Amino acid sequence: MIPLHHILFFSSTLFCIGLFGALSRRHVVGILISVEIMLNAANVNLVAFSRWTGLIPVNAQVFAIFIITLAAAAAAVALAIVLTIYRNRKTIYTNEIDLLKW
Amino acid sequence: MDQLFVHIDQAIIHWAQAVLPDWMAVIVAMKIPIVAIAIFGPVTMMYLTLIERKLLARIQNRFGPNRVGKFGLLQPLADGVKMLTKEDIVPEKADKIAHLLAPILIVIPALLVFAVLPFGRNMIAVDLNIGVLFFLAMSGTTTLFIFTAAWASHNKFSLLGGMRSVAQMISYEIPFVLSVVPVLVVVGSFSTVAIVEAQPGLHWFVFTPWGAVGFFIFFICAVAEVNRTPFDLPEAESELVAGFHTEYSGMKFALFYMAEFMNVFTVSALVATVFLGGWQGPILPSWVWFLLKTYTLILIMMWFRGTFPRLRADQLMGFAWKFLLELTFVNIIVAAIWYEMRSPLNHLTAAAILIVTIIVLFQFNKTEIPKKRIYKYAYAD
Amino acid sequence: MEVLTAISKVGIYVIFGVTLLGAMMAVTLRNIFHAALSLALTLIGVAAVFFVLRAEFLGAVQILLYVGGIMILVIFTVMLTTRIGDRTIPTSNHQQWPVLIGALLLLLYFVRMIGKTPWSIKSELAVVSAVQIGKSLVSTFIFPFELTAVILVAILIGTVILAKSDEGEEKS
Repeated sequence: MIPLHHILFFSSTLFCIGLFGALSRRHVVGILISVEIMLNAANVNLVAFSRWTGLIPVNAQVFAIFIITLAAAAAAVALAIVLTIYRNRKTIYTNEIDLLKW
Repeated sequence: MDQLFVHIDQAIIHWAQAVLPDWMAVIVAMKIPIVAIAIFGPVTMMYLTLIERKLLARIQNRFGPNRVGKFGLLQPLADGVKMLTKEDIVPEKADKIAHLLAPILIVIPALLVFAVLPFGRNMIAVDLNIGVLFFLAMSGTTTLFIFTAAWASHNKFSLLGGMRSVAQMISYEIPFVLSVVPVLVVVGSFSTVAIVEAQPGLHWFVFTPWGAVGFFIFFICAVAEVNRTPFDLPEAESELVAGFHTEYSGMKFALFYMAEFMNVFTVSALVATVFLGGWQGPILPSWVWFLLKTYTLILIMMWFRGTFPRLRADQLMGFAWKFLLELTFVNIIVAAIWYEMRSPLNHLTAAAILIVTIIVLFQFNKTEIPKKRIYKYAYAD
Repeated sequence: MEVLTAISKVGIYVIFGVTLLGAMMAVTLRNIFHAALSLALTLIGVAAVFFVLRAEFLGAVQILLYVGGIMILVIFTVMLTTRIGDRTIPTSNHQQWPVLIGALLLLLYFVRMIGKTPWSIKSELAVVSAVQIGKSLVSTFIFPFELTAVILVAILIGTVILAKSDEGEEKS
């Protein structure tokens, strides 16, 4: 088996890529994609800790399941919001969505 | 006879251990099931096309292919040669990469799910402890590749077919996954081997009240998942040309066909494993029982294709969300009650609850037929 | 046997590489549909990492929920909102370079902290079965479990209301 460090390096790289995407994308769906990548990085970390260090290994995996569930729910809401914005403003580029009220 | 293929497997491994170095022998032992599946999958697909054409022809009072070889037995090979020599056409506006990748990727999950099917006693490639879940997860990814194909073609009809396919498969995936839950509750394991071993002899799950209901839900959803008639809206010829594979020709088209037929086989095999006792059965060898049950289900699917008209989109959605989903939820609870109660009483209680539920759901789902109108003045003279 | 161990180790690093490549493509590609497909690659890669770490249940759930569910939602939204083949618009905003530097610095910090922390690694690696997860969900974590159910219902209602077109105005 490979050492714990390498998996942690992997997940932190994944997280930073997601962070870069979330802050630099203009497309709303692109931002959502980046956020999903960040959540996945967190899950990889949880699973790695559950295997290598945790006192009760089950807990970390249960946490990961909660994260997956809520990420799915959040994605559904976010995409519904994207659809609503598109319907009202005819754009989904973040720099063009600049009104507080219309 | 029962362990025929297992003995062959053992013999090859023994030979490999005698001839090859240690680590290569291990690799050979690992590769045998993979090679077996890689041969079995496509061959099954080839002959399923022949069986389907023959059967449909008989239903429609024709003979079907009978020119190439005895009874048309070489027809699949002729088809293969034709597919390989056809020109591969890529539309100019198509998304080239996705257009190429979609048919290749769609075959991968179709082949992977063979790994968790128990073809007979001790005849399983990998006994994963999450076998059924693995199967469901893998078959769920097919949607993504169908949609990729539809999008990459840059064609209205393909896109419409893709949209329909996604809507349908997402809707039917929920009852599809949930209708297995009663079995998992009773068996207490995801492993396909454990599920089969929990149904010894003729104690198949389909003979219990919740098992019968679960079997019907699961089979209907399985037919919908593999996009076959009467749920073939994504590729409805008369409305959408050919749905998501309109712009595909030659071998790429053949790959879509291959994925579809392998899915038909694997899904029928899973239904047989989960509800019909897999390889369990008296007298005959285990793998014969398994193939018998699987092919019966496949023939039923083809019979559907020959006789049922296509559903309308709203009927399709309504059936999944208003009928099947509620029934599966009730079925899970009924299975738990059945498991906790004592023997003769539990069958009666479970059956009573399920029958009441089905009647109530039918009442709610009745299509409203307007009252017959009488035209008082229409024929006045 | 050493050959096999070496092969499996290399396999793990290949999975890492493919996953990271998919993630990079997902955040940089211009065509948002291709970005979504790269996200699918990343998610499958992460599921493979779960399988390698002997968390098979999580891996299967990951594929079932993310690839079967969220990916479809994302692609549907891409379809319903952008004109297909719209590649002329710049996809990143003006913060791109500062953000890149910031993310790299953060990564550097992470790497240093991971290297410095004395991890208390167990002698025997843990394997968690699906049964254990299920039992834990309905005993130790029963309250968060129920809470998740409530949140899901709330989100279900909210999503339906958001996505429904207004009845009063003309249908869009």
